[in-house]
Amino acid sequence: MFTELNSILNSTPDSFTRKEFVLLSDRQSDASFLIHHFLSFYLRARCKVCFLGLVQSFSHYSAISQRLGVSLTQAKEKGQLIFLEGLKESLSILIPQEGNAESQAVDFLRDPTVGLRCLYEFVQSSLSSSGGGEDGTEEWGPPVLLVDDISVLLSLGVNAGAVLDFSHYCRATVCSQLQGNMVMLVRCDGEEEGDDGDDEGPELLLKGLTHQCSLTLHVQGLPTGYCRDIHGQVEVCWRRRQGDGQHTQKKLFQYKVHDKGASFFARGTSSAVL
Amino acid sequence: MAAPVDSVGKPTAERSPFNSTSFQKKTRSKLISIPGTRPSVQNGQLLVSTGVTSLDYLLGGGLAVGTVLLIEEDRYDSYSRMILKYFLAEGVVCRHELFVAAAQDNPDDILQELPAPILDDVAIHKPVDQPRLSCEPQDSLDAMKIAWRYQNLPKVQSALASTSRFGHYYDVSKTMEPEIRQAAKCHRFYLPEHPTQTSATHSPMIESYSALLKSLQEVIHREGFDVAASMPRSRNILRVGLHSLGSALWGDDLSCHDNPRHSHALTTFLYGLRALLRSSLSVAVVTVPSHLIQDRALMGSITRLCDNAIALESFKGSERETNPLYKDYHGLLHVHQVPHLNCLANQLPDHKDLAFKLKRKQFTIE
Repeated sequence: MFTELNSILNSTPDSFTRKEFVLLSDRQSDASFLIHHFLSFYLRARCKVCFLGLVQSFSHYSAISQRLGVSLTQAKEKGQLIFLEGLKESLSILIPQEGNAESQAVDFLRDPTVGLRCLYEFVQSSLSSSGGGEDGTEEWGPPVLLVDDISVLLSLGVNAGAVLDFSHYCRATVCSQLQGNMVMLVRCDGEEEGDDGDDEGPELLLKGLTHQCSLTLHVQGLPTGYCRDIHGQVEVCWRRRQGDGQHTQKKLFQYKVHDKGASFFARGTSSAVL
Repeated sequence: MAAPVDSVGKPTAERSPFNSTSFQKKTRSKLISIPGTRPSVQNGQLLVSTGVTSLDYLLGGGLAVGTVLLIEEDRYDSYSRMILKYFLAEGVVCRHELFVAAAQDNPDDILQELPAPILDDVAIHKPVDQPRLSCEPQDSLDAMKIAWRYQNLPKVQSALASTSRFGHYYDVSKTMEPEIRQAAKCHRFYLPEHPTQTSATHSPMIESYSALLKSLQEVIHREGFDVAASMPRSRNILRVGLHSLGSALWGDDLSCHDNPRHSHALTTFLYGLRALLRSSLSVAVVTVPSHLIQDRALMGSITRLCDNAIALESFKGSERETNPLYKDYHGLLHVHQVPHLNCLANQLPDHKDLAFKLKRKQFTIE
């Protein structure tokens, strides 16, 4: 959890807005440090968290969370965290073997054209059961869905439309029905103004998700090029629906990722420059 | 590997109180049990050398076990092939096991062309006896006497030097001696030897890739490179070298068309490869002819599914060859991606665009 980002977003683990869909995106840069922020943030806020870790192994997330002061293993044991390790689950489908228990959640790998229904059902079943607490388990707060790199689904053959359907269904369930939050990371490469890139997968996905979300954090490299002391800039954009129509607000920060967190500062005020 | 080193080192540490030697810190000593590896200074990852010392430095000390290095080939695949050979040669010298897959040349040919190590102070084992793994701590002293012969140095001292030595120098003008080469255990995958049957599945992978993935998984299971497996024998590293993935010879049409039919085959394969490597003690180098792939977005997702990515661009045939600025160099090397495993901040190199040159004997990056 990065405290500086919390003050930018004006939220703390004790009080944060619900029903939000946060989109993390990056372009020729790496925004995955933000997903760790949100993971530890919501675990501290005692939310029931469903994490779809599609690109890294559990030990990776666990090691980083340890540095940020949250234990994923404990959260998993307590039932607070439901972790889907995409890499591990996918192996049994990519290399079929007899006698292997196959996971339903990543069933789309068998035939990506059918869509992500099974993945959605996994999310739904793991988050809807949170209201329980009947068998002495602890009561958890609002449900939260985190997806680390939804764009990897495109690489696995799912088309962008199906991914948008998936996120829409999840938003309907998690944000509206269960009054929880949702955070997704989408990564894309290429230049911003591609002439013919409009109908392509990652761009289409980014546009579609930007349309759905309520808050975006867009990470980019520095326009002036690579620098060792400033890792890039992040554009924070709020979209609020108020009485008189849509209202957007934008802020731009530069950031640097440290060993145990990240610092955010206004443009040109890096300690390396001043 | 994605798991921190502690979890890897544990099984060895439990059964080897003897393992701590006087010149190592006690906490680190258990990690030395696999020759040719060292823990990262930054995050405790287990690293292996690529065989090119200057490339190791660029990648933050070496390749973390369990990760994939993507090399985007230069136009004629001469320098990328050389780095692949360096990587395999380093494995031979460190007595790691190898897995070589290719569709174009027979893997045996690639292995025959490995560069010879420069042996000023490195002891090279000769396969006189049944090769025994040097890292069995209980009888390590005996094992050294039996299986290792040294050329220049007294026995015990040179054994320490060669196991703790990380990265060697190679002479590209000579090939490795056959007896050294044959001492290394090597698994081959040559695509034409694997008849692929067309199946009617809707899986995004094509048959050649799934056959390769399957054969790699078999090797990992059979030889016990799984992290989870409880190993009676001592552990070793599997070095995986995959040559020219995505080229037409693999049955992939990525490099032939603007809108390939199997556009997700390679990315799905790389996803499976990452899944396999993360759960085993292995490390892979993949070369891809990226200049043939038209779709930059696709190349971006290929890069993101690997952990490290570098691109080579040789001056051969380009007008830069005659540019006086580059007269000392043979090409450019771009670092596209460095991994950050188990840590937030990644170790960024000072510069991302560098030049390489091939001296008479040695490949260097500046």
